[in-house]
Amino acid sequence: MAFDPVKSVLAAGGKHGLSDSEKRDPIGLAVVALNKFAQSDLIDRLGLRKTSEQTVFRVTSAGFKTASAAGRAFARTGGKGGGKRVPAAANTGLFDLTPSEDEQMLVDVVTDFADEVVRPAASEADEACAAPDELLKASLEIGLPILGVSEELGGIATERSAVAGVLVHEALSRGDMGIAVASLAAGAVATALSLYGTDEQQSTYLPAFAGDEVPAAALVLAEPTALFDPLTPATKAVRQGSGYVLNGTKAAVVRGADAELFIIGAELDGKPQLFLVESTTDGITVVSDPSMGVRAAGLTRIELTDVAVEDVALLGDSATYREVVQNSRLAWCGLALGTAQAVLDYVTPYVKSREAFGEPIAHRQSVAFMVANIAIELQGMRLVTYKAASRVAQGKDASREIALARRLCAERGMQIGLDGVQLLGGHGYVKEHPVERWYRDLRAIGLMEGAVLV
Amino acid sequence: MINLETPKKIRPLVDQAHQVAMNMLRPISRKYDQAEHEYPKELDMLAAMIDGLADSGASEGAGAAGVRRDEKAVEKGNKNGANLASVLSVLEMCWGDVGLTLSMPRQGLGNSAIASVANDEQSERFKGTWAAMAITEPSFGSDSAAVSTTAVKDGDEYVINGEKIYVTAGERADSVVVWATLDKSLGRAAIKSFVVTKGTPGMRVERLEHKLGIRASDTAVIIFEDCRVPAANLLGSPEIDTKVGFAGAMATFDNTRPLVAAMAVGCARASLDLTRDVLAQAGIEIDYDKPALTQSAAAATFLQLEADWEAAYLLTLQSAWMADNREPNSMEASMAKAKAGRMGSDVTLRCVELAGTLGYSETDLLEKWGRDSKILDIFEGTQQIQQLIVARRILGLTSAELK
Repeated sequence: MAFDPVKSVLAAGGKHGLSDSEKRDPIGLAVVALNKFAQSDLIDRLGLRKTSEQTVFRVTSAGFKTASAAGRAFARTGGKGGGKRVPAAANTGLFDLTPSEDEQMLVDVVTDFADEVVRPAASEADEACAAPDELLKASLEIGLPILGVSEELGGIATERSAVAGVLVHEALSRGDMGIAVASLAAGAVATALSLYGTDEQQSTYLPAFAGDEVPAAALVLAEPTALFDPLTPATKAVRQGSGYVLNGTKAAVVRGADAELFIIGAELDGKPQLFLVESTTDGITVVSDPSMGVRAAGLTRIELTDVAVEDVALLGDSATYREVVQNSRLAWCGLALGTAQAVLDYVTPYVKSREAFGEPIAHRQSVAFMVANIAIELQGMRLVTYKAASRVAQGKDASREIALARRLCAERGMQIGLDGVQLLGGHGYVKEHPVERWYRDLRAIGLMEGAVLV
Repeated sequence: MINLETPKKIRPLVDQAHQVAMNMLRPISRKYDQAEHEYPKELDMLAAMIDGLADSGASEGAGAAGVRRDEKAVEKGNKNGANLASVLSVLEMCWGDVGLTLSMPRQGLGNSAIASVANDEQSERFKGTWAAMAITEPSFGSDSAAVSTTAVKDGDEYVINGEKIYVTAGERADSVVVWATLDKSLGRAAIKSFVVTKGTPGMRVERLEHKLGIRASDTAVIIFEDCRVPAANLLGSPEIDTKVGFAGAMATFDNTRPLVAAMAVGCARASLDLTRDVLAQAGIEIDYDKPALTQSAAAATFLQLEADWEAAYLLTLQSAWMADNREPNSMEASMAKAKAGRMGSDVTLRCVELAGTLGYSETDLLEKWGRDSKILDIFEGTQQIQQLIVARRILGLTSAELK
């Protein structure tokens, strides 16, 4: 469409949450001018404006741009053959809701970490749009990045660990969803490499994740478009020589400015594929993209402009791409469980101690039934998610179960977030209590793609 | 190890129940919906077959009496037993027809009650009986402590007086398990259940109800007038122990609620299965990988319904699995019934809407399932009663605090 100067002034749409159909009339134009003037006057008068400010990357405001992290050089090594794989989990043929001893131990460790380290840091991390460095370092000690990585490759998995993965996502998210995503993001990349990498890809990249200096890394599937379908990404890859060139914009990139390695979803020859992209590659611009919630994950977008990668970059095939999409959604369901449990754990003592009309509000059915429904729906979400995870672990097709878990966790999880705030009334709406954060976090379920993986 | 698949050893039973539901219940489903109060004679043969299965051990002890928790020490480790087998087979049968399943000889809720609270002598004596359950009275429903039917000890007998309504299979069953109070002034603890066999003088079926759904199942009003039953027919202990209180009688519900939840899950799956076909014929395929909101509204709706169904299904299995492993399951049974009850209505009614006049018409069964499902959110404890039980448990409140 040709540029129309009149329309560009009159059309209010496309920014500030206005739809394209909004038009400005003369009074509207005057108000716009006044507003602009008032803003600049105010800022200058208070001396808040610093000339350097525009150039510093701030993850707490939208639109700040920077180049991707300088990052380490991953020395290319290993052969062309297939990578090492963990076997599928055995099936006893019995219905069972008891985690294995190993899984339970893991959950206990992560739960302690969530209670003692994550929850106390949550509010500040939400504000800062970043998880504290010490916390991220501590999360390495409990083995989060290598949870899904095969033992042979330096990880701790002896079999497909989707159930353990979901349990860990749940336990960590009970502390805080944003911090959970920040601390699990590198593990998503490592897990994908372990599950789908060639010998060369595993040998080149995985040792860094099993070492002491674990790189920040991000599994990147989402794009900033309405009705986004990860199976048909707009980001395109084309062949060039023996390698590929990527162009497009991706969203929900965890700690994009820190990440040293990305796994990026792009369409190649009409099929969705994953590409390993090192942050030192030219053409990657990281744009801050703080969102409604999951803020501690330091969400960003990345713009890919003629990003050229070598042949080693192509990870798996379009069938494994689909698996990654599914198992990432499953990981988000695990996160939903933890945050919804946090809501239940918080509102239960609250409604028993808060009094109205001379008795605890918990004594009223309208309040008590809301709590009951949180418990009922949460347990339903949990069972559906566990079933999907156990199918993935056993190497069974879990498309249906994951889709159902995602629908349920999106719908019922959001309701739990809403009810959490509602039960606290005005207290729920202010930051003194964490329920407003959980409300914002739970909205992520059902729309997020990528970032985490089990 | 977490695994939520249908247990391997119960799968043959589930397959069998599915075949019976498909080939025996479905063909007569509409017939007995229209011929309300007519006895479905086809069921006698079916019941005989089910008895045979039970005797052969192939049923894993499933059925209404499969909920008995004997005193035998539980083997160590994870158990998949009669409770899981029962809910899974009831689910399949109700996929066939809820009303007919409720009319299945010797599979009444009274049988579950006997299995739950009878002593060994009684369960031997009442083996093979078809027992209906009589709790509700004209003056109360959910508040089952308000029983006003009385039982007065007279020698070796109790004399029962009162009126019971909504007795499922009340006319067809061989006996009725009736709740009566030994002394109304002593409250819940004085409520006991009695087995009254058909033909006992003083007990009569007053009339049968005309209902919204499950019309294949007869629902009786039963009057007790100086009805004398042997004292040995009192289930459980005759002592009025205020400490144990109501617990004995209420224990029945821990076993029957998962079964009713399974009925809702089965009925709803019938609706989903047919609706999936009907939508496919209209050009709508459900895609599990494409985001729901990028598909048609019908597909997105279907996904939501199926997701709620899956949650109800697994909550039901969980409550039965806990019973198999002798874990207290009152709260989980209520969770299952609450979720399954509301899911049942939501799914079956939404499926009628999705199918349009095709769903609303009596030419197929969607409209019938939309009517049948409603009772499952009412009997054996309404939605609200289940929420009350869950809320009290979660919040740690007594029935005096949270009324």
